[in-house]
Amino acid sequence: MTRTAPGDAAVPAAPVAGNTDVDQNHRVRPAGLRPLWLLGGVVAVVVAVIVGLAFGPVTLPPGSVAAEVLNLLPGVHIHSGLTDREVAIVTELRLPRVVLGLLVGAMLAVAGAAYQGVFRNPLADPHLLGVAAGAGLGVTAVVATRTTTGDATSNLPIGVPLAAFVGAVTAVALTWLLGAAGGRSRTPATLILAGVAVSAFLSAVQTYLMQRHVDSLREVYSWLLGRLATAGWHDVLLVLPYAAVTCAIVLAHRRELDVLTVGDEEATSLGLHPQRSRYLLLVAASLGTAAAVSVSGLIGFVGIIVPHTLRLLAGASYRSILPLSLLFGGAFLAFTDLTARTIAGPAEIPIGVVTAFLGAPFFVLVLRNSRWVSP
Amino acid sequence: MTAAIAARALTVRLGGNVVVDGVDLDVADGEWVTVIGPNGAGKSTALRAIGGLLPFDGRVELHGTAVDRLPRRRRAMIVATVAQTPVVPPGMQVLDYVLLGRTPYIRPLGRESESDLATVDDVLGELDLEAFAGRRLDTLSGGERQRVFLARALAQGARILLLDEPTSALDIGHQQEVLELVDRLRAERGLTVLTTMHDLSTAGEYADRMVLLSGGRVAAAGTPREVLTERLLAAHYRVRVRIIEGGQGPLVVPVRTENVPP
Repeated sequence: MTRTAPGDAAVPAAPVAGNTDVDQNHRVRPAGLRPLWLLGGVVAVVVAVIVGLAFGPVTLPPGSVAAEVLNLLPGVHIHSGLTDREVAIVTELRLPRVVLGLLVGAMLAVAGAAYQGVFRNPLADPHLLGVAAGAGLGVTAVVATRTTTGDATSNLPIGVPLAAFVGAVTAVALTWLLGAAGGRSRTPATLILAGVAVSAFLSAVQTYLMQRHVDSLREVYSWLLGRLATAGWHDVLLVLPYAAVTCAIVLAHRRELDVLTVGDEEATSLGLHPQRSRYLLLVAASLGTAAAVSVSGLIGFVGIIVPHTLRLLAGASYRSILPLSLLFGGAFLAFTDLTARTIAGPAEIPIGVVTAFLGAPFFVLVLRNSRWVSP
Repeated sequence: MTAAIAARALTVRLGGNVVVDGVDLDVADGEWVTVIGPNGAGKSTALRAIGGLLPFDGRVELHGTAVDRLPRRRRAMIVATVAQTPVVPPGMQVLDYVLLGRTPYIRPLGRESESDLATVDDVLGELDLEAFAGRRLDTLSGGERQRVFLARALAQGARILLLDEPTSALDIGHQQEVLELVDRLRAERGLTVLTTMHDLSTAGEYADRMVLLSGGRVAAAGTPREVLTERLLAAHYRVRVRIIEGGQGPLVVPVRTENVPP
């Protein structure tokens, strides 16, 4: 008899692996990133950027916007036909916002996929594990207690991502410990319940902090609702190093995440140090989540929607899921942001509301199809 | 013959309980030894400890090197373990599953080389699994899966094979098929095989020697004819059996207590 591994709730019941193909000698090729999927991811990012820059309260011709984006490259001079004011809208207002959306989406999706691999749990997501709440508490603590006044959210102090990271790592450690308290009877759902409890506790602490510092309530709320609207290049530069470290560590471990799907003991028998890999990946994923949360506020479900869709379409190997999550996660959030700022125009709705509307039904779908959530 | 496996005073504690208690066990190079014993006797635990997967007291040497001193990757090149209930990762194709066996040969954060792929191709061919390479593991039957589990272990290139209840989920035909396969591979590749098994007759047909564990201790060790006796099995399994001489070894036939004439 064999156990079915946690890992993949949404894989179709087709007899042939989703990412299977053969080489010129008709040999089956091992799982990995296929060039067509890579191309698809790059196209999705390019389209998201152009569309994200072209549409908004002022609609601009996508072709002209594309030309203006190319003009940003050294040595390129194309007449885009846009006025100076329209060029400013593209390069100064919308571009940092779109780039930040790409970075945040990429990190949330990569972190979600990493958490799912580390915990061997399809429901693992930065928000459901309490990581985002921990990061949120860290940001709130810095924003609420800092002594300077002014526009706190448009120019976040450099220490904010670090505070968010400390909060995120504390939260994931608490969730893990609480989830493990069930001993042998614990299930993937136990971990999520632990995450819900940790989230509730940390949110309560956050509320307490906000109540104690009412003078900074506006800044904190503005951040909580998602602040891509006020994104500037400062935010992009603030988050970029964290994104680079997170993505480098997680992507470098994509084969090890595949090995971890057979469980710790079998992975050990294959020569791996599962705990060592797990700690490193948890820290990296939490760092990425913290950086994303510190500049964008609380945006949920990206870490579930993107990796699961890719798992369904491009195969179950983390060697394809992780790099594709990077590309499609970024494109997904850039499109979602576009929806958030145009669907109820001229007013904007918080981006977290849009991802929740998409993510909640998706979560139910994953839960229904998951063969290993019930005890 | 040199000892491939040598365990001395092997003791394993799980949750504060002594599960394996001072076990001495030797397996010669190229030998097939099967550990038998009632449920809870410590068979699987002993096997996992010998494979370096559990902390233990005492000493376990694989080809003369203490297992707990071997770096993990080096250890995985020496000993391959097939668990009693291997995890089947959903959606993983057979080729990728067997490639996991090459993990000890791939540098950390690296990827498979052409040589790793060639090794796996050879193993799939040897186990007649080429047609399954692109199939999803979770769609295969029990017998097919067991061959894939063996293929992953063989891809490790280890000369010691630890098999925990390799036939427990298989029908009698597939049991025989898998054990014949292990025996053929043992002969062709010079493997040393240590298994645990519940089916005593089948175990006796394939093993060179048997070790009977009871209460975590070695109750008997020797050839199948020396271990599979009515007296020993009655004492440790609390069952009445008849031993019948078979072609390859003694056959153990359980007998209902109330039907047995006094």
